[in-house]
Amino acid sequence: MNDDPLLARLAGLAVEAPAGLLDRIAARWIAVPSPIGELSVAWTARGVAYVHEGDGFTGAFRSRFGRPLMPATRPPAGLVPALRTGRLSGLALDLEELGDFQRDVLRAVQAIPRGEVRPYAWIAARAGRPGAVRAVGTALARNPVPLLVPCHRVTRSDGALGEYVFGPAAKQRLLLAEGVDLGRLDGLARERVFYLASDTTGVVCFPTCHNARRITPAHRHGFRTLGAARTAGYRPCRTCRPDLQAA
Amino acid sequence: MDCLDPVRKALLDDLDEGFAELYGVHRDVVFSTALRLSGRWADAEDLAAETFLRAYRAVAGYDAERIAALQTRPWLLTILMNIWRNCARAKSRKPPPDLREEPMEVVDPREGVEDAALRKETGDELAGLLAQLPEEQRLAVVLRHVADLPVVEVATVLKIPQGTVKSHVSRGLKRLRTLGGVR
Repeated sequence: MNDDPLLARLAGLAVEAPAGLLDRIAARWIAVPSPIGELSVAWTARGVAYVHEGDGFTGAFRSRFGRPLMPATRPPAGLVPALRTGRLSGLALDLEELGDFQRDVLRAVQAIPRGEVRPYAWIAARAGRPGAVRAVGTALARNPVPLLVPCHRVTRSDGALGEYVFGPAAKQRLLLAEGVDLGRLDGLARERVFYLASDTTGVVCFPTCHNARRITPAHRHGFRTLGAARTAGYRPCRTCRPDLQAA
Repeated sequence: MDCLDPVRKALLDDLDEGFAELYGVHRDVVFSTALRLSGRWADAEDLAAETFLRAYRAVAGYDAERIAALQTRPWLLTILMNIWRNCARAKSRKPPPDLREEPMEVVDPREGVEDAALRKETGDELAGLLAQLPEEQRLAVVLRHVADLPVVEVATVLKIPQGTVKSHVSRGLKRLRTLGGVR
């Protein structure tokens, strides 16, 4: 078409865009099942970025991430089991858009084992800001990847379940589904018991710690504060670390 | 609205589907322009990705009337040109790099040995010559003859009159012929 060899060679400098370019621009999404019903999940080339419940997914994603969203035909490997168990097992998360404190908070939440709960103050201490209990609440309310970072396992120190991104009812369902005995916790809270100690081991734990659940009734002692347990001669459990929070 | 091309129609319909259409139609021209401006494959990927991201964020705030009037190709390339110029300005504030230690490298990671040899004979040499043109001539030549834009679109993208585009292009071509010994 071009008689001029220079023009033909210039036209030959045009190339095809590389196949991976779109993944650096757009996120993919899919609807998947979870213990609390269907969820919409979006991910980038770096990992899962957003888990949403209910209507308004695309609008919420757009205002939060400002990135195009394209439907995928299958979820990333490991997503569905991770939503079911709260264990990532190698599933990558993309938390790039978050601030340092929020990322530290989410990392602290990941340390709570399935079937157990920890107070907000404990998360604040592990995130490196022992006094920032309210800020932890705010950070968890904006957790972009609930279930994958199991913020439903963070509860109030007075025994109430507290708020949740997907609403308190979903929090209750998730905790019951993973075997937390909410009735027992509630009973203890009514008696103002927030720590359980064993007089055979001399150790004091959070009530949902697997060490606390093994204590037989005859050897179990309840305490309202960690200070009281310490005065009575108990040392904080090295597994659930009740000492890791501001008194 | 029957006169609208599929890209604008899709953008009016649904932002995300419209973006997919926009990307599909313009990805090669945006990437090629980015590659021949920056001279490096990795920089071109950054530049092209940033261009499409900014385009998406911009169009999310446009009303239907503005989308219907959008000339998508020159619009995208204008965004690319703005990013490129801001980058160049930011770089010029830093100490200049030692060019001898940073050879121009345009390598498509997918290409095989034969393709690489072919590129060495043709593309590489010419791309190197392009880099020696004054900026205004290089932009005009790349947009007119690599991206294959009509003069009127080049004028829109570079925000200069069509006559000026023509003179930048013809001076650029003349210089390329002298530099490369091409008739």
